[in-house]
Formats: sequence, structure tokens, C-alpha cells
Amino acid sequence: MEEFAALLDALVYTTSRNRKLALIADYLRAAPDPDRGWAMAALTESLDFPAVKSSTIKALMMERVDPLLWQLSRDFVGDTAETASLLWPEPQDAAPQPPASLSDVVAQLSALTRASAPTQLAQLFDRLDAKGRFAVIKLATGGMRIGVSARLAKTGFAQAFGVNVEEVEEYWHALTPPYADLFAWAAQGGPAPDLAGKPRFRPFMLAHPLEEGSVDLADYAAEWKWDGIRVQMVRAGDETRIYSRSGDDISATFPEFLTRLPFEAVLDGELLVRGSAQGGETGGAASFNALQQRLGRKNVSAKLLRDYPAFVRLYDVLLADGRDWRAHPWKLRRATLEALMPRLPASHFDLSALVEAPDFASLAAIRETARDEAIEGLMLKHRESPYVAGRKAALWYKWKRDPLLVDCVLMYAQRGSGKRSSFYSDYTFGCWTGDPEAGGELLPVGKAYSGFTDAELKELDRHVRQHTIARFGPVREVERRLVFEVAFDSVHTSKRHKSGLAMRFPRIHRIRWDKPAHEADRIASLRALIKD
Amino acid sequence: MTAPFSWIRPEPWGIHIAPADVWIDPARAVPKALVTHGHADHARGGHGETIATPATLAIMKLRYATSDGAVPVEYGESIGLGGGVTATFLPAGHVLGSAQILLEHAGERVIITGDYKRAPDPTCAPFAVTPCDIFITEATFGLPVFTHPPIEEEIGKLLAARAANPDSAILVGAYALGKAQRVIAELRAAGHSDAIWLHGAMEKLCRLYEEHGIALGDLKLVSDAGKDDLRGAIVIAPPAALNDRWSRRLPNPVTAMASGWMRVRGRARQRGVELPLVISDHADWNELTRTIADVNPQETWITHGREEALLRWCDLSQRRARALALVGYEDEDD
Repeated sequence: MEEFAALLDALVYTTSRNRKLALIADYLRAAPDPDRGWAMAALTESLDFPAVKSSTIKALMMERVDPLLWQLSRDFVGDTAETASLLWPEPQDAAPQPPASLSDVVAQLSALTRASAPTQLAQLFDRLDAKGRFAVIKLATGGMRIGVSARLAKTGFAQAFGVNVEEVEEYWHALTPPYADLFAWAAQGGPAPDLAGKPRFRPFMLAHPLEEGSVDLADYAAEWKWDGIRVQMVRAGDETRIYSRSGDDISATFPEFLTRLPFEAVLDGELLVRGSAQGGETGGAASFNALQQRLGRKNVSAKLLRDYPAFVRLYDVLLADGRDWRAHPWKLRRATLEALMPRLPASHFDLSALVEAPDFASLAAIRETARDEAIEGLMLKHRESPYVAGRKAALWYKWKRDPLLVDCVLMYAQRGSGKRSSFYSDYTFGCWTGDPEAGGELLPVGKAYSGFTDAELKELDRHVRQHTIARFGPVREVERRLVFEVAFDSVHTSKRHKSGLAMRFPRIHRIRWDKPAHEADRIASLRALIKD
Repeated sequence: MTAPFSWIRPEPWGIHIAPADVWIDPARAVPKALVTHGHADHARGGHGETIATPATLAIMKLRYATSDGAVPVEYGESIGLGGGVTATFLPAGHVLGSAQILLEHAGERVIITGDYKRAPDPTCAPFAVTPCDIFITEATFGLPVFTHPPIEEEIGKLLAARAANPDSAILVGAYALGKAQRVIAELRAAGHSDAIWLHGAMEKLCRLYEEHGIALGDLKLVSDAGKDDLRGAIVIAPPAALNDRWSRRLPNPVTAMASGWMRVRGRARQRGVELPLVISDHADWNELTRTIADVNPQETWITHGREEALLRWCDLSQRRARALALVGYEDEDD
């Protein structure tokens, strides 16, 4: 356990990607089985201990620390696990025996029930120092936030044992912690995990943003970048699965697809809901807002299936009829996909159309219409590109339309987490209901926590602290005086804010220290941009 | 008969002693100021008369190149301010020359701590617990998460990092006044006798400390170093230089920072610190609460920092307390 706690601590303080990889690889080579498997599960956030929630930890602390002192500390530190690890009263009796291994701790956590968790966790915490408590709480509650993505952890694994990370990715989603087969293969030279006949996720090919410049349309094909969620439909044997971009199995959320793929295949596409917001009647897709009604649900009612019928707009084919197409050029995969379409039910699948243009300038003009069509922008794909995992330079580009901009007034601020902890970095802002001189009010329209530099963050933090007019727990209400130029991709109707509006991807575009608050935008002008 | 303690008034830019028309650590130039210590947020230039300890005055002279109206007062010495107010300077244990100021008027005793700590420090006189009616304390680290470990542990981490990275410079960010000299003195106490390399901004203050009898051993300037001189060396620089162009001259630097804020991971990550050293010249939570209990005043006033939590502690321990909203004391780097 000490080694794992030390690994987490070292990862927190390491900024260099290469040093992080080296730390992970060193740990994985040195740690015994199954400890290292559990460590990989923790780093990739593949563990779930239902009896321990963040609220369990908070409740434990409430019995030991004054609630207000807890809240002020948590608010400053920005992380429940870290705050609890620091505030846990050190046991007074003689030096305690630390828990033997990570596996022991995992076994203990797995055996917890809601009822037994408080006493068992308390005993565990008493045996650890602050670093160890931090590690155990992170392990138990998930949400590591230590600057290590699942991909980085897998890359560290590949580096530790000299195997190919894409191969690791392919096995990964078909295996479960502590990944005994994976370690046997990579670390001990055993046979590769046998996944024949089981559906499994293949890592997505991703695109770089096209910042400036142009591409030659003789080399690149264009298609719309539809505003849904990227999915991979997989059928192996009789089983069909839907995976999200991160490789999560979301089949249960979209059960209507599980009997609709009539042959073995791995297909890449955009999950959308039927409608006319994107691209009008011919576009045939509702806004992202409509799709959101379907996301994240464990139980899907018949009404939901009827009101928000989903379909997949196909972009690419990775495997079909037992043949792997990934090494072939895009143009061949595209032709293959087109040939497959008649075999797929039109009720659940269609083909993402290509956008034809004689030259790049004409394509740019077409892209300008994307906003009216409520589409995110265009994709540019090299006609010779193989299907490769991740972002590879010059193969695929995403060419998003320019963001919308609106001037909003800062209303509330909250401290951030992780790297932004202890600074007021989460901002809620509003627009005016009418002329502020004539009784118009500000109503919140969104929340953003990015788009500013570290230096600006410090200034904003100071502004918030000096202009606080009220406090609601961790939230500070500030004087209505600072204007943000907020960039966002689109705006939708929503019940979340009193204004009835919600923005997609809002971020602070510019801080308008110079602009008087009453000159900020009206709710009505934001409402006019809705494309639901 | 005037109301108790009406002679001492907290204003946003300092504490005013009305009968003597004197300010404590004013944030703007005034005719007559009492200064607790030499950090820039407490000691500003341009006052008509500056009353402080000789070491604080020497630091101010070094920083502002003027000593007009300097009135030195030794620790333990009392000085009449006029209007029936007497001031006594007492050690605060924060940095060289740092003082608490005991003010007495009409039989009432008020102590203003300035910044202070209780942990031992070879570079300055230790905090003197002194009885008073009103205790005006700082609260920079006034949250229970802030506990500063014994400095030997942190110096041990620094030396271990040096041993583990023989090809790297270990770059330590530390306040130029106080923290830098304390870290050097503690490194010497731990047996580290090799040259310690300084950023130029540290040089004069280190020399001033040595003139005040604090031996710092072999100090050299980074600007005089050949690149290989700095491999395996400890380099001390102001925090602002850590991620600055200046530090690019160092061989594979490991970035450390000596600060009480390093107790919180987020704070270390915000600054790109790889080796956090929890070393502070301020009282931590336990020192703050212990000091209030030790001094046991009728009332505690809190000047700056995380005052809400300390107010809460006073409330829970049934001690009268209030927060003063003083501006301008920011201690981001300590």
C-alpha cells in the first residue's frame, strides 16, 4: 500500500509526461501481482466500491471535525479526499501497523457495506499516514484527479513491459481488474488474452483541430461533424455492444440497437436522435439537447424510446464479415461502408454524407452555413488515411465553426478542484432580462471554468474575494460589475437555469475589465440563437 | 471616560493609534509608523518617522535606500509615542528583526503580532508570549489543514532529492527575506557544507543576515557559475524565478518550493512544483490556536489570512474574537 500511495503522490507532483510514464512503468515492474493490476484499475478509474461515496467520507469527518471548519478547509483545498486525509485525527496510541498490501485494501473495500463502512474505514485510516489516507480515499471513491488519464496509464503499462499500447487498448475493455491475463501476457510472456467471439472496443481514430491554413480537397474528403456522441457499434458472434468514445459500454442505455446489427462488424459513427434541428429535414437529426434526454440512463422507458428515437450515422468501418479494414485507406473503407449500407436497417442506421465542394474556399463558405444548420462544423479526412488509434498529424482534421460570443456579467464564483483548487475559478454569469436602468435583472445563463490564463485566474480570484456580497456555503455572490465575453458552441432550452437557457461548451473568451455591466447582453438576444 | 480600547482603530490600510497619531504597518505613507518587520507588505517606504527594531530598519534601508526618520528600538525596550501611549517591541520569531508590538494606554494592553511563528528558527529570536487584553493576530495559515511538519523532515527531503538527482540542480523557491536564510541555516545545521548557489536577488539580504551574526556558510551566485558547477547543487531563488526564463540556465532542474502552502497539493501543482517543502515562517493552525490559548487575552482580533476558521475556533473555545478587514497583506509566496 505504501508503494501505491507513494506512486500517487509522485504522480501528483510530476508535470512531465515522460517522468509520469517512467513512474508508472517503474511501479508496475516492481509491484507484485495482483497489486499492480489493482493499481492499473485505480489509475484507469475502473474500480467501483458502491458502499463508499464521497458523502461517506464527509460523514466520517463530520463526527470528528467541526462542520464549519471542515467546510472552510474542503473549500480551500478543493478535494474531499485530500482534505479528509489532512484533517483525520492522528491516532494517539503507539505506532500502528500499516495495511499489508494494496490487494488487502481492495479486498477490504469490496467487502464493505453501507452499514460497516464507517467503522471499517475509520480503522483503516488509523493505520495510515496522510499520504496513505489520501490514496485509500481516492481508491475508494474514484475520481483520481491526479493528472493521469487512462490512456497515460496504459501507455505506462506498455512501456513497462515493452508491448504495443494499441494492443493493450484492444484487450483492455474485454478484461476486468486485476487483469491477470493481461499481466501474464505482457509481463510474463504468456499467451495473448483470448477474446475470440467476444465483442470488444477498438480505440477511436481522432482528429486534430484545423487551426488555420487549408487542405487540398484532392487529398481530403469533407463530411459534416454531427453534434451527437461518437460511438462504436460492435457485433461479435451473437452479441452486439455500443461503446462510447472512452470505451465505456453504453449498450444498456441504447437497447434498441442490440438486435439491429445483422452481421459481425465494428462500425464507427455518431449517435443521434431523430429530428430536424441539425441540417433541417434532410439532416434528420435533433439537437444535442434532445440526445441528452437519453444519455446516462440505466432504465430506458418505452416512452423515452418513442419520444427520442436514436440512430447511428455511420462514418467508418473497422471490421466487417471477419475482415479487418483498418490498415486500408479511407477511400476504400468508405466504399466498403457504402456497400454495407443496404444490409443495415434504415430505421437505425444511415450514412454520413460527404460534403462536396470544388475548392477549399467554397468549402469554407459551406462551413459558414453550419451554424444555421446547428452542426458543429466539418471533418476533413485524408483519402489515403488508415484507421489508426488516437490523433495522428495530418490524417484527420476537425474544422469547427467559430464559436458564438455573448457578453455576460459575473454573478457567482466557487473554488475549483485539482489544479485550480483554492482559487475562485468556477464562474456563474448572467444576462439581463431587460434594460438594467429600467428594472431589468440578471439571470444566470451558464457556468464556465476555462479560457483564462493562470495570471488572469489570480486577478479573477482577487476580484471575487474583494467584491463578495454574500456567501452560500462554498459559493460567493459578487457585485454585478465584471463582464465576461463568453464563447460557446450553441445554446438550448433548459430547466437548469432560471433563464431557461443552457450553453454548450461555454468558456471565458475575454475578460472585459473595461466594459460596464449594464452594457452586457440581454437574455432575448441569447434566446434568439436557440436552434432546438 | 472613553470607551475601552477606543484609542486603537483598525482601518482598511492599517491600525491607527489615535492619541499618538501613529500607524502600525500602514499600507500608505504616513507621518509616523511602527513597523513589525521588513516584508514589503508590512514595511513600506516614505513614512516621516519609522519606529522599528534595528534589524528591520537595516532591511528597510537596504530595500528603499533611505533611512530618514528611522527610530531604532531594541527588543524589550519601551518608547513613549505621545498621548499617553507606550510601545514595546517583543520578538515575533517570523524573520530577522520581526517584532510584536505591545501598546499600553490608560492601563489597557494591546499586542499586535505582525507575522509570527512558534517553531524554532536559527535566524531570529523566538516569539515571546506576553500577557495582554487584546491580542491582534495574523491568520495566514488559519485553517486546520495547515500543519507545518518539523523543518528537519523537510530539509531531509531536500537533501534526499539532491542525492537522488546528481545531474540536476535542485532549485528551491524561497522568499528572499527570511525563508531563504532559514533554509540555508537549516541546511548547514543538517551538515550540508557545499556551496549553496543564489539568485542575485538573495545576495544582499544574505549578507545583511551575516552582518547580524547569522553564519550561512559558502554562498555563491548562479550568475558566476559554469554549467557543470550546478549539477548536484542546491540553488535558491525567489518563487517568481521558478518558472521564469532565469531558471532555464540550470541543468535539468528539480523544482522545489519552501512554503506553507505546499501542504495543499493543488497549490504545488499550480506552480509546477515537483518537490514541495512545507516550510513556513508563519504560525500553522496549531501554533495559532496554541498561541491564543497561551496569551489568553480578553479578546482576539484577526488581521489577515483565513480569518473565518480561526474565528470559528475562538467561538468553539468560547473566546471573544473579531475579524478586521485589513487590505494589502497578501502572502502568496510564504
